[in-house]
Amino acid sequence: MTTHRRWRIGARKVALTAAAGLALTALLGGCASSTPGSTSAAPSVSEADIENALDQETTITIWTWATTLTGIIEAFEKEHPKITVDVVNVGTGAAHYTKLENALKAGSGAPDLATVEYSVLPQFALGGNLVDLNTFGYGDLEDQFTPSVWNSTNLDGGLYELPHNAGPMALFYNKTVFDQFGIEVPTTWAEYAAAAKKIHEADPTVYLAADNGDAGFTTSMLWAAGSKPFETTGTSDVTIDLSDEGAKKFTDFYSPLLEDGLLAPTAGFSNEWYQGLASGKIASLATGAWMAGSLKSGVPTGAGQWRVAPLPTYEAGEKASAMNGGGGYAMLNQSPEQNQLVAAAFLKYMETGPGVQLSIDAGQFPATVADLQSQAFLDKPNDYFGGQDINKVFAESAENVVPGWQYLPYQSYANSVFGDTAGQAYIGHTSLEDGLKAWGDQLVTFGNEQGFTAK
Amino acid sequence: MTTMSSTAVRARKGGGRRRRRSWIGWAFVAPFFLTFAFVTVAPLAYTLYLSLFQEKMLGGTAFVGLGNYVQQLTDPVFWDALGRVSIYLVIFVPVMLALSLIAALAIDSARLHFPRVFRLAIFLPYAVPGVVAALLWGYMYGTQFGLVGNIEDLLGVALPDPLSSNLVLISIGNIMVWLTMGYNMLVFYSALRVVPAELYEAAELDGAGAFRVVRAIKLPAIRPALAVTLVFSVIGAFQLFNEPNILRTLAPNVITSHFTPNMYAYNLSFAGQQYNASAAVAITMGVITMVVAYVIQRVASRKA
Repeated sequence: MTTHRRWRIGARKVALTAAAGLALTALLGGCASSTPGSTSAAPSVSEADIENALDQETTITIWTWATTLTGIIEAFEKEHPKITVDVVNVGTGAAHYTKLENALKAGSGAPDLATVEYSVLPQFALGGNLVDLNTFGYGDLEDQFTPSVWNSTNLDGGLYELPHNAGPMALFYNKTVFDQFGIEVPTTWAEYAAAAKKIHEADPTVYLAADNGDAGFTTSMLWAAGSKPFETTGTSDVTIDLSDEGAKKFTDFYSPLLEDGLLAPTAGFSNEWYQGLASGKIASLATGAWMAGSLKSGVPTGAGQWRVAPLPTYEAGEKASAMNGGGGYAMLNQSPEQNQLVAAAFLKYMETGPGVQLSIDAGQFPATVADLQSQAFLDKPNDYFGGQDINKVFAESAENVVPGWQYLPYQSYANSVFGDTAGQAYIGHTSLEDGLKAWGDQLVTFGNEQGFTAK
Repeated sequence: MTTMSSTAVRARKGGGRRRRRSWIGWAFVAPFFLTFAFVTVAPLAYTLYLSLFQEKMLGGTAFVGLGNYVQQLTDPVFWDALGRVSIYLVIFVPVMLALSLIAALAIDSARLHFPRVFRLAIFLPYAVPGVVAALLWGYMYGTQFGLVGNIEDLLGVALPDPLSSNLVLISIGNIMVWLTMGYNMLVFYSALRVVPAELYEAAELDGAGAFRVVRAIKLPAIRPALAVTLVFSVIGAFQLFNEPNILRTLAPNVITSHFTPNMYAYNLSFAGQQYNASAAVAITMGVITMVVAYVIQRVASRKA
C-alpha cells in the first residue's frame, strides 16, 4: 500500500519533472535544437572502454523511487554477469532530491545514477554535479527520441540524461459517472467548466475534478494555454511573467471553478483522493500519460469505467497540449570512472536498447520515436480502459505539445512556495490572478538573492 | 583547630597531587567530552559558522557576518511562524497538561475500576510514531471523503473543515494532545506513587476530603514533575514540525511552507537550498527556546 502510494506520488513528480524538463528543453531549445549536443563535444570514451569495463566485477547503485527497473536490471545482469545493479529507494520526489542534494553537498555518498525529473534537471546541472553524457558520445542518439523531450535533457550544450519517459497530458474520465449525469466529454475548457457546474449541481458530493493547488498541474495548464511564464537567457538572466496572455486565458477559465467551489479541495495522491476516484466522486483527471498505470494500480475497482480523451483546448479544434512530468536517470560526478563506464552502458541499454520495451511493458510512456510510431504500440488495447487504444491519444498529445516552454533553473523551490502564494486563491484568500502574481514576485526575489538577474 | 589543620594538610599536599589527579580525571571524562564535542558542540559550532555566510546558486559563497540574522529578524515570515507557535503553546500546553493531570489523579484516586486498562489506553497513543499519528488524523480530518466527510453524510450535517485556516491549529493541537497526554500522565502518576501512604492516613485522621487531599498533598507532590513536563512541552511546542509538515500535503495552502519556525528552517534549507539562512533561523530559535525555558524554570522553582 505504502509502496504503491509512494510510487504514484513518484509518478506524478516524475511527470512534473518531465514537464519541467521539457520546459528546460524548451528554454535551451534555441541552442539545443540548432546545435545538437551530440556534435558539440567529442566523446572522450570509446565503446571499447565501455566493453572492457563491463568485463570487470562492478556494482553500480541507482537511487530511484521507480519500481519499474527490476525487469531491465535482471536482463542487463544476465547479459553482463560480472555487473550488479543495486536499486536504492531513498524517498520519493522532494525527499529523494533532498538526500541527493545532501550527498552532493557532502562530496561523497551519492549513487552512480539517480532519478532526476526533467523539471529539476537544470537545477542539478547548474550545480555542476552531473556527468555530460556527450563524454560517451550519446549525443548521437538524438534521432531516437522525440525532440521536445530530448530538448529537456540538453542544457547549455551538455547532455545530462537520456530521456526515460514522458507525460503528454490527456483527460482521464470516468465514463460510468459521465453517463450517469449525462455529461458529454468536453473538448474545450468552456465545455469543461460547464460540465463541472452541471455535475456538481446534480449531486453536491460529486466533482468533475479535484485540485487544491498543485504547482505541477498549474504550470502544465499554463503551458497548454500558451503561456511562457519562465524564460532563462544564458545561465543567469531569468524573466518571470505569470500574467501574460496565456496565463490570462487560464485564470479566466479556472477562477470561476475555484470561486464557485466546483473542484474537490482534495490533495492529489492522498488517501482521500483515491477514495474519491474509486467511489466516482471525482469524475476526471487532466494529467500526464503516466496516470494510466497509476490509475490501474491505485484504483483497481475502476477497471472498465475509465477512458482517455484528448486534453480540452481553449478554441474548438485547436491543437494544444503540454507535458506533465517525466524524467530520466542522471549520472553523478562523484561516481568513480569504472562505475561511470558501466552506468553509461546500463543507460544505453535501458533507454535505447532492450530496456525500452521492458519499460513500456512495466507501464512507462516512452520517449522514443520508434515506439511512439509503432503500430503495435499505438493499437495496443488497454483492458483497464475498456479496451481503448489509449496510446494513440497520448501520442497525439505528445505531437501537439506547445513549443517554447521553459522551467525555472530553481523549479523545485518554486513549487515549494506555490501554496504560500498562488495557493491562497484555493482557500478564497485572494484571486488566482493575484496569487500567481505573488508567486512570480517571490520567485523574482529568490532569483536575485541567489545571484540570478531576475525580473 | 581540627578544621584548620586538615585544611593545612590538604593545602600542603595539594600542589603535587592535584596535577596528577587532574590528568587521570580528564582520562575518565574524555569519552564523555569527546562525544559531547562531536555530537553536541561540533554541530552547533558548524551551524553558527554556516549562519555567517551566504551561498548563492550563482556566484558562490561570501561572508555576510550577521546579515542572515538581520534578514530573518526583519522578515515578517519568521515572526508569523514564531507568533503561530506561541499561540499554539499558550493554548495547548496548559490544556494538555491539565488533561494529563486529571487523568493521573483519576487513576491514582483508587476509585476507577481497571486503572491499569485506563493507564495503558491513555498511554498507548504515545507509542504511535508522530508521523503515523499525523497521517492517521489527516485521513480522519478529510471533509470530502474522509471520516469527517463520512460523518457529514451519515448525519446530514455540514461540519466545519478541520484543515481550514481557522481550525487547523486546533486540529494540530488535538493530535499533539492525543499523542503526548499519556506520557505526561505517566510522569505525574509516578510522582504521585512516591507520596508516602502515611500522609494520606494523617489527612484522613484530620478529616480531609478527597479534594482537600488533592490540593494539600497531591498537587504539591506533583509540582517538580509539573515544572519538568512544562519545560519539555514548551520546547516541544517551539519545535512543532511533524504534524503540520505531514498535514501540509493535505492542506498545502493553509499550512504554508513557513507555518512554524522549524518548517520554515526546513524549507529554506531543503527546498530553497538557503542553508545559511536556515542556520540563522535555527540558531535564533534555539536562543529563544532556551530563554523561554529558562524563565519558566526560574518561575516554577521560585514558586516551589
